[in-house]
Amino acid sequence: MKDFGYSRAGTVAEAVQLFGAHRNSKILGGGTNLVDLMRESIEHPDLLIDVTRLGSEGIKELPDGGVSIDAAVKNSAVAAHPLIRERYPVLSQAILFGASGQIRNMATTGGNLMQRTRCYYFYDETSRCNKRTPGAGCDAIGGFNRIHAILGTSEQCIATHPSDMCVALVALDVEVHVVGPGGERTILFDDFHCLPGDSPHVETTLKPDELITSISLPGLPFAKHSKYRIVRDRASYAFALVSVAAALEVEDGVIRNVRLALGGVAHKPWRAFHAEEVLSGSEASEERFRLAAEAELASAQGYRDNSFKIELAKRTMVGVLSELAETAVAQ
Amino acid sequence: MPAPSEVSLRINGELHVLRLEPRVSLLDALRERLQLTGTKKGCNQGACGACTVLADGERILSCLALAVQYEGAEITTIEGLADPLQDAFVEHDGFQCGYCTPGQICSAVGMMREFRDGSPSAVTGDGEMSFSEEEIKERMSGNLCRCGAYVGICAAIQEVFAR
Repeated sequence: MKDFGYSRAGTVAEAVQLFGAHRNSKILGGGTNLVDLMRESIEHPDLLIDVTRLGSEGIKELPDGGVSIDAAVKNSAVAAHPLIRERYPVLSQAILFGASGQIRNMATTGGNLMQRTRCYYFYDETSRCNKRTPGAGCDAIGGFNRIHAILGTSEQCIATHPSDMCVALVALDVEVHVVGPGGERTILFDDFHCLPGDSPHVETTLKPDELITSISLPGLPFAKHSKYRIVRDRASYAFALVSVAAALEVEDGVIRNVRLALGGVAHKPWRAFHAEEVLSGSEASEERFRLAAEAELASAQGYRDNSFKIELAKRTMVGVLSELAETAVAQ
Repeated sequence: MPAPSEVSLRINGELHVLRLEPRVSLLDALRERLQLTGTKKGCNQGACGACTVLADGERILSCLALAVQYEGAEITTIEGLADPLQDAFVEHDGFQCGYCTPGQICSAVGMMREFRDGSPSAVTGDGEMSFSEEEIKERMSGNLCRCGAYVGICAAIQEVFAR
């Protein structure tokens, strides 16, 4: 690994100052993705700024019934927190389906958002990859692409965002709070990650000198009735082929509120707005769930090895919604 | 380039002051600088769990941990453990080649603490948590064993937890 410097920031202000002053620096959370990418010579910062000891690593209840989570809070702490388990079970489940116990104990909330969208060609130095070298080409398109994206792809990149946690966060309309030399601002979660387009090496809308300070989950009473399901090649410790995060409120057989997102299908956590539109105010029936899934996947494009994901995504959506609808009636 | 700096690490109850470059992983610091070779280097990319150690009682992967980031933490390696799990692994044939064993045992110690603290796993339902085989398998999925000694590993963990 190329040598680099290390600075431990004691406050947010100090982190902002260091980050602004050093052009080729990176923010260090748990390091579970960044250290690996540095070892692979994909990332090569001159300075790491450790933001895990800023003295603000808490989970707090907000006045609107929502919850705020500081950027340095560990994934395991979020998943186990009573407020999260009670109000947003979909988030607790999504985190617990991701990675392993050891990695969840290291990985931070901010770091989970900042992990790279990646595929095995991205890691392989002998392959062409537009993320590693913009303009080089993409060997995943036309290569072995079983795990790759089916929605929002471009001719430059078909990698998928690997996070489970972020699929729940995009479904829940989370806000990402960031700070830079120009001050603080808030980014809606769905606007935080980018589709590949012509610049797949750009993965977030964060400016180069901005860092995440916290995320906030809005008060969504119906989110207590929510669920995450992942379909993958192993029962545990594997990335999603397809995953679904959903929250559902049904009253007298009619859908009052629904939030739906997909993982494993796109360059970013995929909010299923088209499906939500079909479902909102409609009857909670399996036929309707299927229509919603069809609407969401209408623009899907399969590649050589991953066309199966299109039907898999539809069935997983219908499965999760049906399960939520059944338990809503039972309550 | 950045020069090595002094890094104070508390390992198995002892304070060590080392001169380390920031790029040195906790795993390499343990093995190459302190000759604590019980912690194993398997994949060196966070996939196999062989390098698992405890930091302030929590299981982590020492290959993805930069040593400098763990200043002030209490690190426990297999050399610092005297746990009934070690005997139970022998009794239940919880290994063949033994390469993954230190990581398995450190991981299991951390995992049992997580369970006792009430932390859920992906297979935990809404009801009362029970220390089932399903829970053990899910919670230990970050530790691979190429010899396939999983049956013995599960039995050893289950027996020790029940004591």
